[in-house]
Amino acid sequence: MDQFLQHLLNALILGGTYALLGIGLTLIFGIMRVVNFAHGELYAFGAYMMYLWVMVAGANFYLALPLAVLLGAVLGALVELILLRRLRGADIDTTMLVMIGAWIALQNMEQLTWSGVAKSIDTPFPSTPLVLGAVSVSWNRLFVFVVALALIAATYALINRTRTGKAMRATFQDRETAALMGIDIARVHTATFALGSGLAAAAGALLGPVFVVTPTMGDLASLKAFAIVILGGLGSIPGATLGGFILAFIEELGAGYVSSGYRDAMGFLLIIAILVLKPTGLFAQKERIG
Amino acid sequence: MKRAITIAWLGFLVSVPLWLTNLYVLHVLIMTGIFIIAAMSLNLLLGYTGQLSLGHVAFFGLGAYTSSLVSLGFSVHLLPAWEVTLDPKPVWLGMLAGMALAGACGWAIGRLSFKVRGAYFVIVTISFAEVIRLVALNWVELTQGPMALNNIPYLRLGIPDLIEVSFLRKPANYYLVLAVAVVCYILIRRLVSSRAGRAMIALRENEPLAASVGVDVTRCLVLATVVSAAMAGAAGALYAHYVRIVDPDVFLFIYTVTMVIMVVTGGKGTLAGPVVGGCIFGLLPEVLRSFEIGPEVQWVTYGALMVLVVYFLPEGIVPALRGWWRRRSGEPVEAEQPRPAAEAAR
Repeated sequence: MDQFLQHLLNALILGGTYALLGIGLTLIFGIMRVVNFAHGELYAFGAYMMYLWVMVAGANFYLALPLAVLLGAVLGALVELILLRRLRGADIDTTMLVMIGAWIALQNMEQLTWSGVAKSIDTPFPSTPLVLGAVSVSWNRLFVFVVALALIAATYALINRTRTGKAMRATFQDRETAALMGIDIARVHTATFALGSGLAAAAGALLGPVFVVTPTMGDLASLKAFAIVILGGLGSIPGATLGGFILAFIEELGAGYVSSGYRDAMGFLLIIAILVLKPTGLFAQKERIG
Repeated sequence: MKRAITIAWLGFLVSVPLWLTNLYVLHVLIMTGIFIIAAMSLNLLLGYTGQLSLGHVAFFGLGAYTSSLVSLGFSVHLLPAWEVTLDPKPVWLGMLAGMALAGACGWAIGRLSFKVRGAYFVIVTISFAEVIRLVALNWVELTQGPMALNNIPYLRLGIPDLIEVSFLRKPANYYLVLAVAVVCYILIRRLVSSRAGRAMIALRENEPLAASVGVDVTRCLVLATVVSAAMAGAAGALYAHYVRIVDPDVFLFIYTVTMVIMVVTGGKGTLAGPVVGGCIFGLLPEVLRSFEIGPEVQWVTYGALMVLVVYFLPEGIVPALRGWWRRRSGEPVEAEQPRPAAEAAR
């Protein structure tokens, strides 16, 4: 029972960052109709920025975090402006191929810059875990969880309470009508891609110090983000939030009770199961993509 | 005229091992040939039905592993008390088994994911490849995991003790790969010009219209997936018995990407496209290596090339060259162009 509670707690804490990844991807898909294969690279970029500022430049950990997120958002905006702006209205396969190209290029640039050796990042947290009765959690993971929840809440507020968020929601519903109402679609797209990329970079910056940072860490992050988004239904933000936690639970329980070697396979088995049972995801939307 | 060019080309390809003394170059050609077969199989799906499979390497790897395991023999415990043993079988049987298993997985994937297509199909195929890779990595009893399958036997054909051809040396493997590639090419050509093939193209162009005139959408797509998967499995089996060592790295996503780049650059939906793209991207790494350019730079180049091709040659090299040739020789442009219009309408 204690072991089960521990798994549950671990899953809850991991789920927050998974949700960040999923929300970023689903926003980009829902609003721009782009399957963002470079999503995981933004995640890796966030982790490397933490490494750069904390370990190379020696900056304060708490200062480096927002900086890494901001730089991730800037990189996302650049990708959108350079690669995607001209392809607005192109079919989904075209943008997909471009994003695959961007992914390969970005990942190998990371490998060139940082070499393939795994990097670890020091944190200011005490190494003794926080013990709560039968379960324990490291201070670092607790910090990750709190920041992830705060970022999720901030994203919801941004989308539901601000003018930009309103423009995003309008574009999501109907691009043409939104454009007719005077919404600058190009700006909405750049903002969406920057926001989604910033969230991915945040997930990377948070998890980088927990695990280690490698150039290929983005691959699994991309695939997990896809699993989360399919689980919640393409384009659904609440779906992606819940999907992140569900995936974390399934992974954690699968690793704990089945085999830790298959931990990363759980997400993919989940995708296949979802497609057999409920192809539109848990939070089904009226329309289907494809 | 066209036939003469084809025969001249084939004659040239057949003559290569006779005058090429550099065995390393021959090795590169064999690997390029294997990748061209895989790219041709991907083209059947991506080019003719418009479905992007990003897990194609799973079929390739399944073919490689199945063929190796059948010809090596294995013994595994499916349950603690239930042991399954297979004695080594001849290599050709292993190759057929590899193709069959890859084709069967293609069937399952097709049935499963053609209910929902587009982005879903892409993600299902990636997931499938990733699951298979993790199984190959973790099921050590069967696959040796990261230790790899070693000493895979090479192919022998003929009647034992009487007449036997062994495919151990490079020239023999070159001819084997060439023969399989030609068979696959002819098969795909016949398939796409058949009734089923025209139905596939109709689907790609306008699915509601195709369905309304009675094209059985799912059946058509599943057929394409099965043929494509079995062909990729054949390429994998050729690879396994040529290189004679298989490890879970054959499932690396980067190989799928290589196939996609070959097809897209060469020209998806054309017969010659994967061959042209395969030649370029099969030989390019060797050219880059001779300039002492590292693999990372090579991959960055691939990524950039992919973006550039989508921007500037969205149809690929073969259609672009064909158009250029027609304009130069003043032939009227065939009514082969409605594809971009159909895409815009989608």
